[in-house]
Amino acid sequence: MKLDLEQLKQIVELVRQHDLAELEVESEGLRVKIRADTRPGQWAQPAMQPAFAPAAVEALTPPGLARPAASVEAADSVEEIELAVVKSPIVGTFYRSAEPDATAFVEVGSVVKKGQVLCIIEAMKLMNEIESEYDGEVTNVYVENGQPVQYGERLFAIKTAP
Amino acid sequence: MFKKVLIANRGEVALRIIYACRELGIKTVAVYSQADENSLHVRFADEDCCIGPARSADSYLNVPAIITTAELFGADAIHPGYGFLSESAYLAEVCEACHIKFIGPSPQVIRTMGDKARARRVMKKAGVPVLPGSENPIEHEEKALKVAKDIGFPVIVKATAGGGGRGMRVVRSASDLPQAVQTARREAEAAFGVADVYIEKYVDSPRHIEFQVLADHHGNAAHLGERECSIQRRHQKLIEESPSPALSEKMRRRMGNVVMDAAKAVQYSNAGTFEFLMDADGRFYFMEANTRLQVEHAVTEMVTGVDIVKEQIRIAAGERLSFKPSEVTFTGHSIECRINAEDPETFVPSPGVIRVFSVPGGPGVRVETCAHSECTVSPYYDSLVAKIIVHGRDRQEAIARMRRTLEMTVIEGIKTTIPLHLRILGDPDFLAGTLNTSFMERFLARPRPGRLAEAV
Repeated sequence: MKLDLEQLKQIVELVRQHDLAELEVESEGLRVKIRADTRPGQWAQPAMQPAFAPAAVEALTPPGLARPAASVEAADSVEEIELAVVKSPIVGTFYRSAEPDATAFVEVGSVVKKGQVLCIIEAMKLMNEIESEYDGEVTNVYVENGQPVQYGERLFAIKTAP
Repeated sequence: MFKKVLIANRGEVALRIIYACRELGIKTVAVYSQADENSLHVRFADEDCCIGPARSADSYLNVPAIITTAELFGADAIHPGYGFLSESAYLAEVCEACHIKFIGPSPQVIRTMGDKARARRVMKKAGVPVLPGSENPIEHEEKALKVAKDIGFPVIVKATAGGGGRGMRVVRSASDLPQAVQTARREAEAAFGVADVYIEKYVDSPRHIEFQVLADHHGNAAHLGERECSIQRRHQKLIEESPSPALSEKMRRRMGNVVMDAAKAVQYSNAGTFEFLMDADGRFYFMEANTRLQVEHAVTEMVTGVDIVKEQIRIAAGERLSFKPSEVTFTGHSIECRINAEDPETFVPSPGVIRVFSVPGGPGVRVETCAHSECTVSPYYDSLVAKIIVHGRDRQEAIARMRRTLEMTVIEGIKTTIPLHLRILGDPDFLAGTLNTSFMERFLARPRPGRLAEAV
C-alpha cells in the first residue's frame, strides 16, 4: 500500500481528533511519524491564555451554546504537564450527576480511572454515560450542569498520570 | 406559522431555506459538521449547532443529533433540503413522534415512492403510463430472463431503492442479463443496503421531463409545469430548463392532468416531482417521484413566480396554497447550469480554496451559492459550487443571457465546469432544442476542433 495525500490527511486528522502527541504509522516499508507541535510560543498568548473563546467568536455565538473547542489546548504544554481534554461525542444536555439530587460523578480534584463515568449527556431521552479515556486527575469542568453541549465541545480537563 | 425552523442540510440549499424563512419572519437553526464551521449557512442562521465530524454519516445523516438539536433549540419544524435525509421516511416518522413538523410529505408517501417497484405499481393503478416491466423484485435469473423476453430487449435492471444511477444496468441481449442482474444487485446492496432489483423496458435516448407538484392539507393541489433535464452525465443533471422545448401547450395540459391524478391517488402533500421519460414519438412513461425539493426547483420559480420553498413551509404549517391552481401562468424561459468543482474535461473533483469568486448580475440572473472568495470547497461533500439561473423572454434570450453570465463569472483557485457549460450552450443540437439523455455521451465523444488543432 502506498500512502497517498488523502490517507496522510486522514492520519493528521486522527492525531488532531484524539489530541495525540505523537503517532507512528508503518505500512509496507514506508514509515510516517507525526508529532503534534506544542512548543510554547507558537500560540498568540502563550502564558496567560484566556479560558476560552475570544470575544470576536463569542459575538457570533448564540446564547446558550459555546463553540466547540477549535484546537488542542496550548496553555497545557506551556506548563509542561500532560493534560487531556475530554470532548463531547454527541449533541445533548450535559449532566454532572446520575439524578438531580445525587452527588456529581466527578469534581475538580477527583482522581479518575480509565472507563470511569464522568458525566451524562442526554440525547433523545437517552442518558449516555461518558467515560474517561484516561487515568488522572480532573483539573477543570468546562460546562455547567444542565447546559446543552455541541459535538466536540470540551467537557473536562484531566491531568494524566505520569 | 412556525416560530423556528431547523435546517438539516448544508451549502446553497441551506441558504435557500434561510432566505425563505427570513422572508416569512421565521427564526432558523443551522446544524453543521466540523468541516463546515465557517460556512455561510452557519453565519446567516439565527442559531447554530455543531452536530458531528465531517463524515456525513456522523453529522448531516445523524438523525438522533438532528432531533436532539431541534429539541434543545426549540425548533418546531425541520426542513431537510435535498439529498442527505430529504427522502428519509425514518426522519419524517421520528419528527412525527417528537411533535416536530417535517417539511415534506408524510412518511407513508415517502416510503411508497422510495420503493421504485412499489411506486410503479401505485402509479400504474392510478392510470399513469409506466414502462412495461416486472411487477415485483426479481428473485432468480430465470425469472429475469422470462420478463426480459416478454417485454423485449433492450431492458434496464434497476435497484428498487435506487437513485443517482447506482444499481442500474442496461442490457441489450439475453446473454448479458445474468451478469447485469448480479452486478446491479451487488451495487444496490452496497449503495442502499437493499439488493432488490426489477426489470423495465429500456427506452433508447429518451428525454427526461419532470413535473413540479405542490399540494396542501386542504385538498388543493397544483402542478407548476415541467422541467426538461435531459442534459445529464452518468444520471447527474448538468443543465435544466423550463419549459421543455418538446412540449406543446396541449401536451403540457395532458401530462399535467395525469400528474395531478397521480398526486391525488397517493394523497400527496407538500412539494414533489414526478419524473417521466419521453420517447422520440412523444409518448411519456412514469419513471419515479421525488418526495422533496429538487436542486433545479429555481427554473420553475422563475417562469411561474411561485416561491416553492415558502409554499413548502406554509403547507407544512397547515396553511393553504397561496395561489389558485387555475391562476398558475408560465412566463418566458428559464435555464439553470450547475457549476461543479470539477475538471471540465476529466470530471475529476477539484476541492480546494476559492481565491476569487465573482458572479455578474444584470437582468434575469439569479445565483444560488454558498461560495465566496477565500472559502473552502471541502472534499467531504458533493461538488456543487453554484447554481446559475437565468430567465429570458424566450429560450433564445435565456441562452444568450446564460452565455454572457458564464463568460463573466470569475472563479479562481479551483477548477469548475463553466468551460463545459459554455461549450454545451454553443452546440447546434442544444440550440435547436434537440435534447435527450444521450446528449452528453455523444457530445463528449465528438472530436473537438480545438483539440484537433493542437494534435496537428
